[in-house]
Amino acid sequence: MNQLQITEADLQAYVDGALTDARRGEVEDYLAAQPDEAERVRAYLTQKQALRSLFNPVLDEPLPENLSVLASPPSATAVDRLRKPLLARWSLQRIAASLLIALVSGLAGWLVHDRYPPAESLARTSPLPRRAAVAHAVFSPDVRRPVEVSAEHEDQLVAWLSKRLGTPVRPPKLGALGYELIGGRLLPGNVGPVAQFMYQDASGQRLTLYVSTENAANQDTAFRFAQEGPVNVFYWIDGKFGYALSAGIDKSKLALVATAVYDQIDHK
Amino acid sequence: MESHAILAEIPRLRRYARALLGDRAAADDLVQDTLERAWSRFHQWQAGSDMRAWLFGIMHNLRVDQLRRPRLPTHSIDEDDSDVPTRATQNDGLELRDLASALGHLPDEQREVLLLVALEEMSYADIAATLDIPIGTVMSRLSRGRERLRSIMEGQPQTANLKVVR
Repeated sequence: MNQLQITEADLQAYVDGALTDARRGEVEDYLAAQPDEAERVRAYLTQKQALRSLFNPVLDEPLPENLSVLASPPSATAVDRLRKPLLARWSLQRIAASLLIALVSGLAGWLVHDRYPPAESLARTSPLPRRAAVAHAVFSPDVRRPVEVSAEHEDQLVAWLSKRLGTPVRPPKLGALGYELIGGRLLPGNVGPVAQFMYQDASGQRLTLYVSTENAANQDTAFRFAQEGPVNVFYWIDGKFGYALSAGIDKSKLALVATAVYDQIDHK
Repeated sequence: MESHAILAEIPRLRRYARALLGDRAAADDLVQDTLERAWSRFHQWQAGSDMRAWLFGIMHNLRVDQLRRPRLPTHSIDEDDSDVPTRATQNDGLELRDLASALGHLPDEQREVLLLVALEEMSYADIAATLDIPIGTVMSRLSRGRERLRSIMEGQPQTANLKVVR
């Protein structure tokens, strides 16, 4: 046998059983005459077997659910289920960032084309109904994640928002009017945190209650009405609290809800 | 039909990803991303062609994308939080004798080829197609990877006098 003909590729293929019978015979002759090479080839064979012993047990592990559902084309529900870990991993920050950008740009847009002179508008804070309407417009169309904490965890929601706002806040119950709480979130106000509670009726119509504790002037007001594009807003000031109820529904219907909200709030 | 074919490949994808990445959570994430991409591109799969090679190709491309992307160094929270080194271990050989850890010391490209050969028993030609590299490159990565793994396991310094392979 001509040993010069045996290449490194032949030796690798020998380890992997990829040679023809004739060629394998030639390689074996070569290895018989080259103990170092024979030892190397034996080491590779051992290595290959060891890798299989090390990792083959993975084949028998039960599949985690997020993988087994992917054996079928993702349906709407399957996608929802398997998206959760993804959300937890990284999308949430992106979503939050984009919502924040949307919110800030929305506010900025409103401020810039506003009736206030530009120089003054930077120094001023934007009024309650406008902030509430922007928050409503940004979050209420969100199908997947309209709220940060859902109504299933209402206790946690109340405890969390109360803690962050530094005063007890509690979502009113509007079930009698057909609106059920779906959850709430914390938002940046003019100088600190504000809370937003979101409700939905059977038809999917959403309504948000914006609660701010930033009212230093302590001037109580009666109900006031504002319209920001398609969003109607009822708002009032009660002590340090500012409330704004926003929805894309008739003024008269919204007034009914606003009255119900007002009635349920503890007045100081 | 395709569901069965894909389901059958998931354990193999997991085994390969686990060996490649060495971390269970990261490996299953890679498998999940692979399956999602496979479904989103299912129309590109040609009925009758090799489903496994197609899936492994997708996983390889995702992995390449991941490695290209600058990333934050992350740590699995649930595992290996206790492996604080208490002495210098670089040359001590004991730790490296552990095969999994030795495997982690191979360059990614060598580890890939080595694992496709050892675990998947793919032919060299299939590996070349899956990784989209010439078959000569498959052979040289395999040869270098095996030798490197051997020297790590035997605690030898790297030997550089390998024959050049076309």
